[in-house]
Amino acid sequence: MRFMFKTDYEDDIKLFPHGGYIVTYGILLAFLAVAPFVLSSYLVSQMVFVFIYATVGVGLMILTGFTGQASLGHAAFLAIGAYTAGYLQQYNVPFPVYFLVAGVLTGTVGAMVGFPALRLQGIYLVIATISFAFIIEEILARWESVTHGNEGMRVKALQFLGTTVSRDSPSFYFLCLAVLAITILATLNLLRSPTGRAFVAIRDSETAARSMGVNVSLYKVKSFAISAAITGFAGVLFAHKLSFISPEMFTLQLSIEFIIVILIGGAFSPHGAVLGAIFIVMIDPFLTYLKDDVPGMIAAVAATFGAGAEMAATIKTNVAAFASANGLKGAIYGVIIVVFVLFEPLGLYGRWLKIKLFFQLFPLYKRATFKRQKIYVKSERNR
Amino acid sequence: MSYFRAENLSLHFGGLKAVDAVSFAVEKGEILSIIGPNGAGKSSIFNLVSRIYNPTSGRIFFEDQDITDEPAFGIAKLGIARTFQNIELFENATVLSNLLVGRHRHSTTQLWQELLFLPSVRANEKVHRRRVEQVIEFLDLEPYRDKLISGLPYGVRKVIELARALCTEPKLILLDEPSSGLNVEETADMSFWIRDMKTELGITVLMVEHDMTLVNRVSDRVIALNYGRVLAMGSPAEVQRHPDVVAAYLGA
Repeated sequence: MRFMFKTDYEDDIKLFPHGGYIVTYGILLAFLAVAPFVLSSYLVSQMVFVFIYATVGVGLMILTGFTGQASLGHAAFLAIGAYTAGYLQQYNVPFPVYFLVAGVLTGTVGAMVGFPALRLQGIYLVIATISFAFIIEEILARWESVTHGNEGMRVKALQFLGTTVSRDSPSFYFLCLAVLAITILATLNLLRSPTGRAFVAIRDSETAARSMGVNVSLYKVKSFAISAAITGFAGVLFAHKLSFISPEMFTLQLSIEFIIVILIGGAFSPHGAVLGAIFIVMIDPFLTYLKDDVPGMIAAVAATFGAGAEMAATIKTNVAAFASANGLKGAIYGVIIVVFVLFEPLGLYGRWLKIKLFFQLFPLYKRATFKRQKIYVKSERNR
Repeated sequence: MSYFRAENLSLHFGGLKAVDAVSFAVEKGEILSIIGPNGAGKSSIFNLVSRIYNPTSGRIFFEDQDITDEPAFGIAKLGIARTFQNIELFENATVLSNLLVGRHRHSTTQLWQELLFLPSVRANEKVHRRRVEQVIEFLDLEPYRDKLISGLPYGVRKVIELARALCTEPKLILLDEPSSGLNVEETADMSFWIRDMKTELGITVLMVEHDMTLVNRVSDRVIALNYGRVLAMGSPAEVQRHPDVVAAYLGA
């Protein structure tokens, strides 16, 4: 086990507590740098989606994980970013400009959503953000002069410094990676400075935060704005990656996917957003696999156990029908959420930390280390 | 003029007069204790002073400034810190970051500077960290720096709450039952710290307390309350002998 002797206040501030981190992140970075040139274009494309989802995940984490304000409306922020890009692109606005405008605009809208949210907590806030998302969805469908309504909108390939960056090119991959890396770095910076600590304080006890001099309303609005702005930036990349956007892409299901990203990954660390994004992006290939290969496999297994050809065919059709049932994706999401909330509330990254601690403390690890303690004396009346 | 003054402070919940026209003053550098049976309105007075409740009537003055309409977060900025009867710590954060939240009123950095973590932010963080370390040393919290609050025992949390209040560098500190839930030894430590806060750090202390041993040991003056009204005011010995106080505690 590694013992850390802190000799300077710097030791509490720096991002990498010891050299081991630099090695592991260095290897990861090297892998990510060569990935677009060695991996198949399908995998690279999936990785770009992971970057975009992880960026949104980090944004949502600032709001939900650190400030404790739940939101089921992040698909709307993504939509605002995406449509800003699509709209401004028609007027030959250069990429850096509409990228920034999308972030600022989404951040402003986020702040505006934050104001009514000041009076709401828990489930009521969730309902308010869902309503907001529905309003945006409706506006996108009806405001045809800007959004082309339900027909959707084509998004041309990205133009930057006179070159065209196609959505499958390594350059686009690196752009998305850079946006994610900068987002994570900025979030970590925020967390080690007064604003981030104020967010965490609001999450854990608003009353105490207030009596420590934290302007709770201001910081909640700030959190909404930052979270929305990050999602807006991701929206621009999302629009370019898909090259076509329409209102039915930004539904409640997408907002739920974002919640799943941080729920599965672990809502307390950017690591969680990345792990959660990998998970959610892999669900689609998994479903395809379920549809294409699994029915045949099950039928083959049945045949080896002595089922007749007719019987095997029936099994195959039934399994195939189940695997391509309409609501299957939603059902899988539901099961995942329930299982994680019940058995792994700290998410995949929490599980990783537990595994790590198990080996660090071997053979002294106790399962109770991560048991959540119930607090009965906490006062609710000052809220 | 007094350092801190409450004038005719009242708080009514419908027909219930939790605090009823209470006036008192705190002099600079003294330790004033508020005692009284359960439901006498002691914690309500604290919540009025720290602006969690709005008074039905009455004014509050601190350093000759009317703070009755100040928002709750503004009170801390003026130099009034408080602890809570039932401990309101940030459960899922480390002791260090809890204490650093106490430094919030001294933070001067802007959001964009923090996002980039500019050298000025780093320098500020180190200053905060140093001040926090002084408080950690003052209250003997060295073993707990990187521990999560949710894993710490009650007695330690109580001290951490006091530490967090001290990190704001207050001029006036409000302690809501600092010894509740502590054993005899911890209570003795607490009484030394309260005296040290007064003599070494020059902080004025206003506290609510049930433990009369602690009250007698540290207080300069005592106010006794019952049913939201002031029964008696004076030195600890005087107040304890006052017939109304005896009647309130033992029944007439």
